Amino acid sequence: MGTVKKKGVLGDLKESLIQKIFQTSGLLAIIVLLGIFALLLYTAIPAFREVSLKEFLTSTRWDPTSPEKPEFGLLSMLASTIMVTIGALLIAFPVGVAVAAYLSDVASPRVREIVKPVVELLAAIPSVVVGFIGITLVGPMIAKIFNLSHGLTALNGSLLLAIMALPTIISISEDSLNAVPISFVEASLALGANRWQTLVRVKVPAALSGIIASLMLGMGRAIGETMTVLMATGNARAFPQGFLQSARTLTANIAIELGEVPYYTTHYYALFAIGLVLFIMTFFVNLTADVILEKQKRKLQ
Amino acid sequence: MTGSIKKSRKNLKSQLAQFTGFLFLRLAVYSVLFILLYFFYDIGHQGYRAISWEFISQVPKRGMTEGGIFPAIVGTFLVTLITALFAVPLGMAAAIYLNEYARAGRLTRLIRLSIRNLAGVPSIVYGLFGVILFVNMLKFGTSVLSAGLTLGLLTLPWTITASEEALKSVPDSYREGALALGATRWQMIRTNVLPYSIPGMLTGAVLGLARAAGETAPIMFTGAAFYLPFLPRSLKDQFMALPYHLYIMATQHHAIDKARPLAYGTALVLIVFVVLFNLGAILLRARLRKKWRH
Repeated sequence: MGTVKKKGVLGDLKESLIQKIFQTSGLLAIIVLLGIFALLLYTAIPAFREVSLKEFLTSTRWDPTSPEKPEFGLLSMLASTIMVTIGALLIAFPVGVAVAAYLSDVASPRVREIVKPVVELLAAIPSVVVGFIGITLVGPMIAKIFNLSHGLTALNGSLLLAIMALPTIISISEDSLNAVPISFVEASLALGANRWQTLVRVKVPAALSGIIASLMLGMGRAIGETMTVLMATGNARAFPQGFLQSARTLTANIAIELGEVPYYTTHYYALFAIGLVLFIMTFFVNLTADVILEKQKRKLQ
Repeated sequence: MTGSIKKSRKNLKSQLAQFTGFLFLRLAVYSVLFILLYFFYDIGHQGYRAISWEFISQVPKRGMTEGGIFPAIVGTFLVTLITALFAVPLGMAAAIYLNEYARAGRLTRLIRLSIRNLAGVPSIVYGLFGVILFVNMLKFGTSVLSAGLTLGLLTLPWTITASEEALKSVPDSYREGALALGATRWQMIRTNVLPYSIPGMLTGAVLGLARAAGETAPIMFTGAAFYLPFLPRSLKDQFMALPYHLYIMATQHHAIDKARPLAYGTALVLIVFVVLFNLGAILLRARLRKKWRH
């Protein structure tokens, strides 16, 4: 009898109410993503009452507190972000793909079981700790090797970001190497190729789109990372001249200046405009990776 | 004859290529392991010297060159608690919607795309969003509440993804069994899906919280304080946090050399915190699994 009662009008109402609650939570992801974009845009726009969009995007001079003529050009910082990111990927991509190939093709199950958690542990280290290591360990090492007065350089940032991008590159690359159908491998081995030839000429090409996606995701991570570069690269405002000089990235600039800026000034709005630029950059990098991975998934199915 | 020599030479060459190739892969793995171990050794070794009962239980003293990090430990606990209360139920609910209610279609694809993109939004951008929404618009001020909610949004994509994995691991036959007996969808979820997926959901949630606890950029401008000798008394108070404290001690301090041992100590406590969270998640999963399966 009880079950009959529950299926009455009241039960239906309860059921649809519960579904509505879950549905709203599901929609939250879209709302938050759009909300971030909308609020950043809304807060960034007032900056362009005093600064032209062209100056903002193409000027290399950022001097927002100058008493004579405040300058709001983000090009130097954008160049620093790109430079530090490229440096990081030049290190992290080959190493990461090599580790992924090792895990998927060479390692014995026992070795895998040790290496995989270690890689996960690497991802768990807070970025502020990595930055601290940059100050106390990696930076001084760079200073010693290149005979500099201090090691807080773009190179320092690249090395540390490489470490932070590694877990992403390793896990996505390994997933896509493992997703290569076993028949491909068997066919290659049956034709007389050895394991190395099979890896380089069959598996890696077959998994290439996933490996490239891992590179994109690692790039997104490096572009958006704040604490590590803030602590490790010295934060000089000039246009970056080389890897052995100090550099200030977009993220670091927000972190440095937002604490001191008076609310609702052009400077304040301009910092949110930088945030918007970061959001758009990482959005497209991640979206590209996403499209590549989805395509690969469909192809392998 | 010449053919077979040629063949064996080719064979030798490809064997050599395999040997050097695998050697390169091994070297890559060893260098990653070495770097990680060296990091842990350095922080463990130097941090261990700074850690004492006083360091754990006292407030910072003498311009933060002496004393401990007690307010930062408590502050990190509190802010993570708020993050958990906000993000875990929401993340679970969103995952339940995606896995149990949503039909494959454009909307569902859009939700999933948003989740994956949210996971890639830089943490400092979450910080900016927190400043606009929680600090200014909702008038929570720079407070432990604003910081906790900001971190909650940051962890949301991870919590949803982990919860969905847990739901996916429940076999469809469990669902079909309940529906065949005339259960409604919610009854089915409550009795036949949740009991088996809660361990996995909570594990994922704790792992996400471990990452949130170590974040600095999102809390820098939403509530973390440079120095507070007392604990927050309400949700609207500012707080000290371990990651922010480490940043201050490592870069913003007036006497960097004097503060260095304390910075190492803070770094060690933070790492131990994160590792304990991770271990806790694994143990929790093992225990809950046993409990729920019976």
